[in-house]
Amino acid sequence: MSFASSIYLTGAEIGLSVAALVLLLVTAWTGRAATRMITIAAVAALVGALVFTLSLPNDGVAANAWNGLIRIDGFALFAKSLIYLATIACLIVAPHYFEKRGGYRGEYAVLMLFNAVGMGIMVSAADLMALYVGLELSSLASYVLAAFVRDNTKSSEAGLKYFILGGLASGIILYGVSLVYGFSGTTSYDGIRAAFTADFSTGAMFGVVFVLAGMAFKIAAVPFHMWTPDVYEGAPTPVTAFFASAPKVAAVAMLVRMATGPFGGQIAAWQQIVIFAALASIVVGALGAIGQANLKRLLAYSSINNVGFILIGLAAATPQGVSGVLVYLSIYVFMTIGSFVALLMLRDGEGNPLATFDDISGLSTTSPALAWCLLALMFSLAGIPPLFGFWGKFVVFQAAVQADMIALAAIGIAASVIGAFYYIKFVKVMFFDEPKGAAPAKAPVSHWVVLGLSVLVISPLGYLLTPWLGNLADAAAQALFYAA
Amino acid sequence: MEFPILSLMLAVPLVAAIACLFLAAPAARMTALFATLINLALGVMLWLNYDIGGAQWQFTERAELFAGFQYALGIDGIALMLIMLSVFLMPICILASWDSITKRVGEYMAAFLLMEVLMIGVFAAQDLFLFYIFFEAGLIPMYLIIGVWGGDNRIYASYKFFLYTLLGSVLMLIAMLWMVNEAGTTEIPALMQYDFPVDAQLWLWLAFFASFAVKMPMWPVHTWLPDAHVQAPTAGSVILAGVLLKLGGYGFIRFSLPMFPDASADLAWLVFGLSMVAVIYTSLVALVQHDMKKLIAYSSVAHMAIVTVGLFAFNVQGLEGAMMVMLGHGLVSGALFLCVGVIYDRLHTREIARYGGLSINMPKYALFFMLFTMASVGLPGTSNFVGEFLALAGIYEVSTFVTLVCTTGIILGAAYMLYLYRRVAFGEQKNADAAAMPDLNAREWAMLAPIAAAVLWMGVYPESFLAPMRQDIAALENRLASVAPEYDSELAVGTPRERAANYVEYHGDKGGAH
Repeated sequence: MSFASSIYLTGAEIGLSVAALVLLLVTAWTGRAATRMITIAAVAALVGALVFTLSLPNDGVAANAWNGLIRIDGFALFAKSLIYLATIACLIVAPHYFEKRGGYRGEYAVLMLFNAVGMGIMVSAADLMALYVGLELSSLASYVLAAFVRDNTKSSEAGLKYFILGGLASGIILYGVSLVYGFSGTTSYDGIRAAFTADFSTGAMFGVVFVLAGMAFKIAAVPFHMWTPDVYEGAPTPVTAFFASAPKVAAVAMLVRMATGPFGGQIAAWQQIVIFAALASIVVGALGAIGQANLKRLLAYSSINNVGFILIGLAAATPQGVSGVLVYLSIYVFMTIGSFVALLMLRDGEGNPLATFDDISGLSTTSPALAWCLLALMFSLAGIPPLFGFWGKFVVFQAAVQADMIALAAIGIAASVIGAFYYIKFVKVMFFDEPKGAAPAKAPVSHWVVLGLSVLVISPLGYLLTPWLGNLADAAAQALFYAA
Repeated sequence: MEFPILSLMLAVPLVAAIACLFLAAPAARMTALFATLINLALGVMLWLNYDIGGAQWQFTERAELFAGFQYALGIDGIALMLIMLSVFLMPICILASWDSITKRVGEYMAAFLLMEVLMIGVFAAQDLFLFYIFFEAGLIPMYLIIGVWGGDNRIYASYKFFLYTLLGSVLMLIAMLWMVNEAGTTEIPALMQYDFPVDAQLWLWLAFFASFAVKMPMWPVHTWLPDAHVQAPTAGSVILAGVLLKLGGYGFIRFSLPMFPDASADLAWLVFGLSMVAVIYTSLVALVQHDMKKLIAYSSVAHMAIVTVGLFAFNVQGLEGAMMVMLGHGLVSGALFLCVGVIYDRLHTREIARYGGLSINMPKYALFFMLFTMASVGLPGTSNFVGEFLALAGIYEVSTFVTLVCTTGIILGAAYMLYLYRRVAFGEQKNADAAAMPDLNAREWAMLAPIAAAVLWMGVYPESFLAPMRQDIAALENRLASVAPEYDSELAVGTPRERAANYVEYHGDKGGAH
């Protein structure tokens, strides 16, 4: 485990950190003049990190870096690629949103870069200390991003709420980590697994529960979801799009690695927790969304609902289940970025967002292309075939059935019908109702590109990706079950 | 490699649907009509090239495009007939919407063409999950058709349609996942031969039943149908009654019966019970309707109940009868909705009391309406007679009581249909505006005449339609033979008498004694 190979394996994180630090200095010296250049440079750095990550050897053999603090395996590479991709998309659509408000600064791109570094560490950490450092780096950057529009009370409120509740969750995780360390005597994942397989006491159980509770907060699973609608609504829309995509991938991947790695010998200890959180998230996410008039709040509940389906894959606790989680996450990233970019494009001539159902009624006549894209996204989120969102649900439910958890699958899929109600309400408002307001203003090309690519992926053409995506996800999932 | 005719039949309307989205109204109408006529021609080619008595699955295509399931198409005689029904009704639907749809014509035509793709896909799919995708995807265009172009209460109807049918189908997906996990294949022909454990069959059967019973629809989950029918535009009702309702029956005949024969036999009482209630109850409900479309919608529920009893009779007559009722009902109820549409376009009301005496000012219309009314009643010489007679003959071999109740339903059917016809076409012309309506125009002739011809063809020479299905139905009966029920009215065979019944004992020749 030489120094050079450690640097090579974590090259993406190191490169991104250096880029972020340099860009921070540039921002400090140039002020607002160079924000555009800084954003472009940050996107370039992320593309570089993505290409580098994809070029790392992915041959089914896990490689340890920094004396086992970081593990680079198929799973980490899969999750990181997805994270970098989502971050790039969110960064591309951001500047235009702030243009009219004049609040855009170079720090935005820098914070996104730091966030990406933190997320990369989160998903590849193989040690509790490395995990916590990654988690905090990502979280702290997120708190600032949520409050990025300083003169807007809602944004500040979102930032504060996110900070306080996020801090609480980090505390809970840290407490759990200390218990886990206390009862196993080590912070390394492999060591914990060995210790817990030999002896799993009540105290260790408490540690596991605390760690999982804190992580449930980070992925916004019920019953730790309360912050989500407020933060999603208050944060600037490009930031919300980011929160709903990349950090969610990172948090879910972190949870999956944690559950199948250090706690992988004690599946029975956490399986019921995950099952409960899955079903509760599906139901609460669906019911909570029904009464919402604000589109961002609605999508916040939708993301809670989706986390529930993701957790069904984890509840199966099998390689198929983890593979299902990864496939679901990949499709979810495209659906959620597509939806939020569509929301970004919904703004009137003065740049005010069309934020409620009333504002978008009759959108299919005022802006047909946008309405058809949203229609595809909504049916995809509802999991109606032939749209690609169906495939995500299909693979997680298939894993649950293969793991003989038929009741879980049946209840989960029946509850998905409740969720379909508000997705089709979206379609109803756009297509069945008469237009009330003015047509949305013209959106920039960058938005159309991101939206178009997302819709292309979630269209029925996406099924052509299934063999490729399935193989990658299977290999990634297999990497986690190396010891099993 | 054979000529991929089934893929072509999917591709033609799909391409046309995408094109229609970008076209202006007149061009979209022509494109849609042209595409559906091409598909009709392809369908005729399919029928002509279908080798009756040949391989069970013909025109098979297979491509490994996806993970977890395959793009596999192929048809047997049953699927062939249902595909023919779909491609036959489609151009008529486009014609029916020619003048009545004025807003967002391109999107409307695209939705209908997409519907055609999905219907052909459902009947041609040979992979379980491919079937599910086509089956479920139909919700999207139908939701839009009802919601955008429907009547006043269209939003309620579209929600109800969507959520009802979705809830019915999702449990079927879980059952499918379990089946594939158990049997290790997603191919429908292989699954039709697979013997699932008997105790699992019950649950699988119930999950499939939840889906098909809603689609069929069976009492008591039929309530979405009257709402959807009444609010949908005319062509939407035609497609709904003509083809979408057949998905339920097709599901039973393709999945429930051959894949879970034991559970089907065990739960036949449930199907019989619900069907008997449906036949009597919905017929009585139809009798008191004021809205023409609602009346025909309820009559559909009653006819579909005859289909379900025929299917669960487990014998050749019952199965053939059920298929013939499905085909006949597809034509006749579609035609009846078109008849309603013809006068709705003129007067913009479906209220029965607003019409009357139409045979005076619209004699040609009244003639067509009469033919389809009689066909719906099941008059000999029309399509529905063949199906209903066979289905009832089939069920009579199983249960006299069920036959008695279902036949009563046929009598009630005659009552409500003739009562409808009397109120609309006969009697005095009490409404001046209804009396001033012009008779059929050329476009309406072109819609109704082909269906009338098909109805008579099916009634006079049903062999054309039965022949392609015969082998498949025989195979299905074979599969069900081990669980077929006893004939409850079978005469008890006692010990034969020693002598003939009119034997009088001969007491010797006492002649000459008197």
